Amino acid sequence: MQWQAEGIVIGTRKQGENNILLEVLTPDKGRCLGLVRGGRSRRQQPALQLGNHLNLTWRARLDEHLGFFTVEPLQLRAAHLMQTARAIHGLQSLCAQVRLLPERDPHPNLFHALDVILDHLEDPRIGAALVLRFELELLNELGFGLDLSECAATGVTEELIWVSPKSGRAVCKTAGQPYAAKLLTLPEFLKAPESRLSQNIQISKGDMEAGFSLTGYFLFKYIYEPRSIAWPPARDNYVTALRKDFADLPD
Amino acid sequence: MSTRRVAGPEIERLIQLLSKLPGLGPRSARRAALHLVQKKDQLLIPLAEAMGVAVDQVGICSECGTVDTSDPCTICSDPRRDGATIVVVEDVSDLWALERASAVSAHYHVLGGTLSPLDGIGPDDLNISKLVERIEGGAVSEVILAVNATVEGQTTAHFITDQLARFENVKVTRLAHGVPVGGELDYLDEGTLAQALRARTKF
Repeated sequence: MQWQAEGIVIGTRKQGENNILLEVLTPDKGRCLGLVRGGRSRRQQPALQLGNHLNLTWRARLDEHLGFFTVEPLQLRAAHLMQTARAIHGLQSLCAQVRLLPERDPHPNLFHALDVILDHLEDPRIGAALVLRFELELLNELGFGLDLSECAATGVTEELIWVSPKSGRAVCKTAGQPYAAKLLTLPEFLKAPESRLSQNIQISKGDMEAGFSLTGYFLFKYIYEPRSIAWPPARDNYVTALRKDFADLPD
Repeated sequence: MSTRRVAGPEIERLIQLLSKLPGLGPRSARRAALHLVQKKDQLLIPLAEAMGVAVDQVGICSECGTVDTSDPCTICSDPRRDGATIVVVEDVSDLWALERASAVSAHYHVLGGTLSPLDGIGPDDLNISKLVERIEGGAVSEVILAVNATVEGQTTAHFITDQLARFENVKVTRLAHGVPVGGELDYLDEGTLAQALRARTKF
């Protein structure tokens, strides 16, 4: 068995003294694992860092085997992403979330989205907005998509400012008023489905806080809690780093 | 098919234990064991004695986390070292590497690893609280983060920087990233090259 694909490194683990167990996200093969012989060598280690974009060749005798990767770097982003706390925590958070995907299940949308986001993580506003849209898309791809197109109570598409924590559907201002304390705030920029994962988004500190509370709530409720997976500290670290950055930015 | 034994269980046990050492597989462990057994007086007995002494005396320094036969360790109790500077390293091997380089005469702090979500290593698994405690003592003016230039290493560095942000009088620095000696630009990854250019110095 052999295939070739592009992939983004989402996890590495030392295997013995010389090898690395590499985890990548590819557009057509999804999340894949394989052993990189000599992956801990000085020559290979710079390429095998989270966030790097690689050209991969996977080989194994049988399809169900772990297999071996040979890698060639295409775009090495890790060195740039290491420079700021926000970028490195964002990278760790995204990789932890991508590792939630089932193995060898293709998610081309998420691959392309991740590729774009990693190029913009250093910008706090654009990076945060893209990460939030990515988390919504991740929920969607895992079968827990939120319906933000119309009000769950009245069916209207105007003034959608909340999301029901129970159903994951949007709620309009009028219908949600009596339950405002229990509802989650829906930031304006997350409503427009056509701009999903678009790069030209600028968000405020309030939008950022509300957005991460919203996606965090549903990620925990639908994915982390049922699977008994520990909440990734990297996500909290990312939000903390963003808070500091947003405090220094004009609103 | 079962492997036929070539020696008694004591030697087999020696081979088995040696094969667990870094750099040794079953074959090289067999060679090492044979060499030790054949040079019993010159090697095996002194080695066994040295290991016995190490078992009895080697411990972890309660101050910096390195391994030594005394507590506090030789480095922590050396009065000639600059007590105002702490070099934070991931592992004891990194401390030894920096000491070999003789580039700094400061105190050290061994973290015992890096933050690694995949391996389930979080801040509580590292020796970070002791570092904060040492800085709270007030004698430290600079912390040099000498962690690896990997994503895990740098995540740890950023995490420690956040933890130390409240100590306004403590300067937190980190090692430069750039071109290694003997490195050819053509073979360097673009990230390292960009870092090297950004951190260029006057010639």
